[in-house]
Amino acid sequence: MKLTLKIWRQANASEKGALKTYELDGVSSDMSFLEMLDLLNEQLLHNDEEPVAFDSDCREGICGMCSLMINGEAHGPEVTTTCQLHMRSFKDGDTITIEPWRATSFPIVKDLIVDRSAFDRIIQNGGYISANTGSAPEANSVPAPRDKAMRAFNTATCIGCGACVAACPNGSASLFLGAKITHLGELPQGQPERYSRVQSMVGQHDAEGFGGCTNIGECAAACPKEIPLDVISQLNKDLRKSMILG
Amino acid sequence: MRAVATTTLIKGARSTRSTIALKLLMAASGIVFILFVLVHMYGNLKAFSGELAYNEYAEHLRTFGEPYLPYGGLLWILRVVLLGSLVAHVGSAVALSMRAHAQRPVKYAVKKNKASSLSSRTMRWGAVALLLFVVWHLLQFTIVKINVGAGGQAAEVTENPFRLLTAAFQPEQWWMVVIYLLAMLALAFHLHHGTFSAIQTLGFTNTAESRARARVAGWVVAIVVAGGFSLVPLFTVFGVIS
Repeated sequence: MKLTLKIWRQANASEKGALKTYELDGVSSDMSFLEMLDLLNEQLLHNDEEPVAFDSDCREGICGMCSLMINGEAHGPEVTTTCQLHMRSFKDGDTITIEPWRATSFPIVKDLIVDRSAFDRIIQNGGYISANTGSAPEANSVPAPRDKAMRAFNTATCIGCGACVAACPNGSASLFLGAKITHLGELPQGQPERYSRVQSMVGQHDAEGFGGCTNIGECAAACPKEIPLDVISQLNKDLRKSMILG
Repeated sequence: MRAVATTTLIKGARSTRSTIALKLLMAASGIVFILFVLVHMYGNLKAFSGELAYNEYAEHLRTFGEPYLPYGGLLWILRVVLLGSLVAHVGSAVALSMRAHAQRPVKYAVKKNKASSLSSRTMRWGAVALLLFVVWHLLQFTIVKINVGAGGQAAEVTENPFRLLTAAFQPEQWWMVVIYLLAMLALAFHLHHGTFSAIQTLGFTNTAESRARARVAGWVVAIVVAGGFSLVPLFTVFGVIS
């Protein structure tokens, strides 16, 4: 396959960036999207040019490190992470525009790499349960209803990649926030800190500068883990209750 | 609530000062408007019962609750509630959209909409259009009573609610009918997403089924309200209401 790539190049956080066009030949349809970028970088290195900086880690679709806005879609056209997106989803001769996540709260480090530590701080500010460590407790001592356990597990699949923020026109992290709130709030272990958690996590979300939710659903459509929109309803409900419960 | 990235953890965050609290305020004030337009639309249908019934209804709105309320008391209570809701609704919307713009100063070169409805993407500009329409609508029928049709500003037209209404939508004033139908289209769009969004913001859509029901509610409110409102100008211009 021969491709035309338009890639956002930006030297660092303070420099201005721009889209730069590259021609890439010899792309196999079996390559992953990131392998295609690896191939481009080999070509760039060969020509003594600066390789394109992009994030990746496990390349198995489970770590949440890869990102990329591909032709206007977070993680590209398939419901998966960029590392699990394959070039068979594209055609020979295609032009692919690759941009970083765009949000003030995710400042660009270089090229396609953004700093997502805002998510880490949201987790640090209540996205956990306070439990004494030690030997594992007896599994059946705290019963969890099956439907609640399933919802908790399904929302716990959030890998914190930031696609929801990237796809949202308001740059809201409500889907991420809702996934964490639902995941911890559905389980018995999450109950003691349930309402203080939602207050401090939402407080951190707002202080980081993320926008408000307008319930349009672009986040859920972009989520590689298919977190449904109803976690935002759960988030809103828990916050509303926290106003009364303190 | 300024949009500033931080490296520190926020302690003692108050839920009442959050973006979600602003959304709850929008949802609550939005529901006030939904209830208002439903009642207003239903009242307008009195035009089908003729001049006497319509004017009697208009007068009844003013004498409602007498002697407990003064003459026009109910209308003044409604005006205060609606104006308060408007300030809350628009104020929150402006604050939230400023946050949204601050969060994405550099736009995407290419951005696809995968799931959002057209109505959800036109909420902000549609709202501005609706606000302009409401200003005109109030000038036309309440504050100044502008008669665009035959009879001019004569008191027998401007002080007769039914005649003021029918004069506005005669075939010679076809453009007025167009303005109202366009405004009702904008209202339908705003209600279609707004109703769903309010239900979701209040936290009543915690399953796929309840979310689907909230979407249906959006369609029903939009069609009933905008459709019901459109009947009066349409049936007036075609001569059924006269």
